[in-house]
Amino acid sequence: MTIPQERHVLVVFPHPDDEAFGVSGTITTHINQGTPVTYACLTLGEMGRNLGNPPFATRESLPVIRKQELLASAEAMGLTDLRMMGLRDKTIEFEDDEKMVGLMAELIEELNPSKIITFYPDYAVHPDHEATARAVVRAVRRMKDRPTLHCVAFANNTLEMLGQPDVVYDIQDVREQKMNSMKAHISQTAWMLAEMEHKLQQGDTETENWLTKERFYNYRWHEDFEESF
Amino acid sequence: MELVEVKKLQVQLDAFAGKDVYLHLETTNGSYATHFNEGFFNAGAFIRNVVINYELGKVVGDSPHRVGLKLPHGWVYAQGITHYELDEQGRLLLAGHDGTGKLAVALEISETPFSY
Repeated sequence: MTIPQERHVLVVFPHPDDEAFGVSGTITTHINQGTPVTYACLTLGEMGRNLGNPPFATRESLPVIRKQELLASAEAMGLTDLRMMGLRDKTIEFEDDEKMVGLMAELIEELNPSKIITFYPDYAVHPDHEATARAVVRAVRRMKDRPTLHCVAFANNTLEMLGQPDVVYDIQDVREQKMNSMKAHISQTAWMLAEMEHKLQQGDTETENWLTKERFYNYRWHEDFEESF
Repeated sequence: MELVEVKKLQVQLDAFAGKDVYLHLETTNGSYATHFNEGFFNAGAFIRNVVINYELGKVVGDSPHRVGLKLPHGWVYAQGITHYELDEQGRLLLAGHDGTGKLAVALEISETPFSY
């Protein structure tokens, strides 16, 4: 599938590096097509567990490092509108739900995106991912003219419950930018990248596939995750 | 951070005794534990910027160490502590890092509040 032209794309994820693995190729492609892209990153991944042994950071210095990595990832993707929303890692689900919807609604009102990318509620594994997805879906549900809502899903039961993703983008042309976005988050991705390198050398097609394609599900309003909010 | 040396860390713990200090305490298996291992029972706890005043602080055992703080009406303790640091802001940061470099436990005390 080629990536259609959009008026404005809003990407909402809770952690620095959430954008890198699943959607950085799509982000770069939109930017290359002249579409403005805004990435709202809700936290600085303050609670990341990869601190090394021997440690390269402490619980208190990690956010400083991850903020720099997020800026570097944005640069790798060519993204200029990065919003750091100031919430704390692992606390999003405990924030007031209406406040979270309001936060999303404000972004949407300001940017008037024709497409929003976030996680798929109930298929996003991490509690912060789920809380982010719920807030976005709720904000969009209330809109009269809803933008396209593309969701990333990776829970173990995704294929069984949602089937194959209905949106699959070829991102081969920006493969290098995607790799650089992932490398930008090196404090958290070093181990994963090393494993990926190893798999690629062994000709693993799944890993290769993952570097050339990005997958989304259109949010299914007819199977909404809740009746109302 | 450096590896815990019991005598050195004990001196630092003594220095904060009897003072109002802000506490950060967490234990974690990571949010993906059940994703990668479906039978895994994921439990953890997190406290940040609660003020305590301990009368006695002790580091005990071989690495990974246990650190306990005795309060007038209770206790705080952490197990699995491997590393510590008195950072540039004078905060005492203790952490337990597993063999793969992942943080499993953190116990931190500071005379000024930790960031949000």
